Amino acid sequence: MFAKKKKPTPAISTASLPDIVFMLLFFFMVTTVMREVDLKVKLSPPEATEVQKLENKSLVDYVYIGPPMDQKKFGTEPRIQLNDDYATISDIRPFIEAKRATRDEQLIPKLTTSLKVDKETKMGIISDVKQELRKAQALKINYSSREGKEKK
Amino acid sequence: MGRNKRAIPEINASSMADIAFLLLIFFLVTTTMDTDWGIARLLPPPDENKQEDQVKIKERNVFVVLVNANNQLLVEGELLDISQLKEKAIDFISNPGNKENLPEKIHVSPSEAKQQISILKGGNTPAAAEEMAKWQNRLKTAEVVGDYWESKQVISLQNDRGTSYETYIKVQNELAAAYRNLREKMAMEKFNKKFDQLEKAQADAIKEVYAQRISEAEPKNVAGK
Repeated sequence: MFAKKKKPTPAISTASLPDIVFMLLFFFMVTTVMREVDLKVKLSPPEATEVQKLENKSLVDYVYIGPPMDQKKFGTEPRIQLNDDYATISDIRPFIEAKRATRDEQLIPKLTTSLKVDKETKMGIISDVKQELRKAQALKINYSSREGKEKK
Repeated sequence: MGRNKRAIPEINASSMADIAFLLLIFFLVTTTMDTDWGIARLLPPPDENKQEDQVKIKERNVFVVLVNANNQLLVEGELLDISQLKEKAIDFISNPGNKENLPEKIHVSPSEAKQQISILKGGNTPAAAEEMAKWQNRLKTAEVVGDYWESKQVISLQNDRGTSYETYIKVQNELAAAYRNLREKMAMEKFNKKFDQLEKAQADAIKEVYAQRISEAEPKNVAGK
C-alpha cells in the first residue's frame, strides 16, 4: 500500500513573540505604581459603598494602623506606622509638618491624609490620631476602604 | 585588488524575547494596581476657644447615633440594626410628614430670600452678618432649584473607644448613603437626571439643600489613665 510520507511539522514562527511580550511589558510599565513603603502592619480595610477615588496621589499622606506583622516581637496591639517605621501618637504632628514642608505652599490646603486602618482596630487609637490631625490642621482625611457591593 | 564586500551580519534577535520577558516579570511583580478608594471626611478645626463654639441646637433637629463597645447602635434612643440606619436617617433628614419630633424645615424661594436679605441689610451685628450670608447662600441655591425646604438637620455621631473600626465605617457609610439617596431623588425630581450627570451649579445647589452635617462628638476621656 501507499505508505504516507511523514511531512515534518513546520516550526511555529516565534518572530512575533517579542512584539507580544513588549506590548504586555509596556502595559505593565504604564500601570505600575511602585510600592512606596514596606507595610509593617497587617491591613484588611473595611468595605463601603459610598467610596470616592483618591485623586492625585502626590497630595496624599498615609497613616497606617493595624496589628504588627511580626507578632512575636511586637505583640498584637494595633500600632501606627508612618513612612517605614512604627510610630506613636506624638509622632503624627511632626510627620504631617515634615510632609507639608516638602510641598508647594498653594497645595497645602489640598493635602489629604489617608487613614489605612485594619477593620478589627478599636476606635480609641483612631480617635487619638484624629485629634492629633486636627491639632496639626490636617483636616481633610479619607478613610481608606474597599469598594463593596451594595446590598439590596 | 578590490576587497569583496562582506555582507553585514544580521544581529541575532532571538534573545530579545528573553530580555523583554525579564523586564515584564519585573514589572509584574512590582506592580500594585490598587487605586485608593475611601470615604472622604472633613475634620472640625481644633477649638481653641471652647465656649464660643457651643451653639444650642434644638433636640428635634439632632439625630443622635451612639455606637457602643459591642458595636451596637442606639439611634434616637432606640436599639437599631445597622441595616435600618439608612432608612431612618433618610426619614429624619427629609422629614416628609412635617412631624413634630423630626427637624424643623424652612421654606426657601427666591422672593423670600430676597425679602430676608433686604430686612437684614439694616443690621450690622455679627449675628446679622452671619444670617445674611446664610440667606445669600439660600438665594443662590433657590435660583437654581426653585422653591425648596431646608431641613435644619444635624447628625451627631458618637462612638466608644472600644467600637470597632469596621462598624464605625459602616455607620459612616450608611449615613453618607442616606444623603446620597436624597440628593439622587431630588436630582431626578428637579432636573430628571442622575446626580452625577448634573451640571456643577445644579449639583452644588442640591448639595446645599441636603448638606452633609455629620458632627462627631469630642471624644470623652472615659477612665483615662
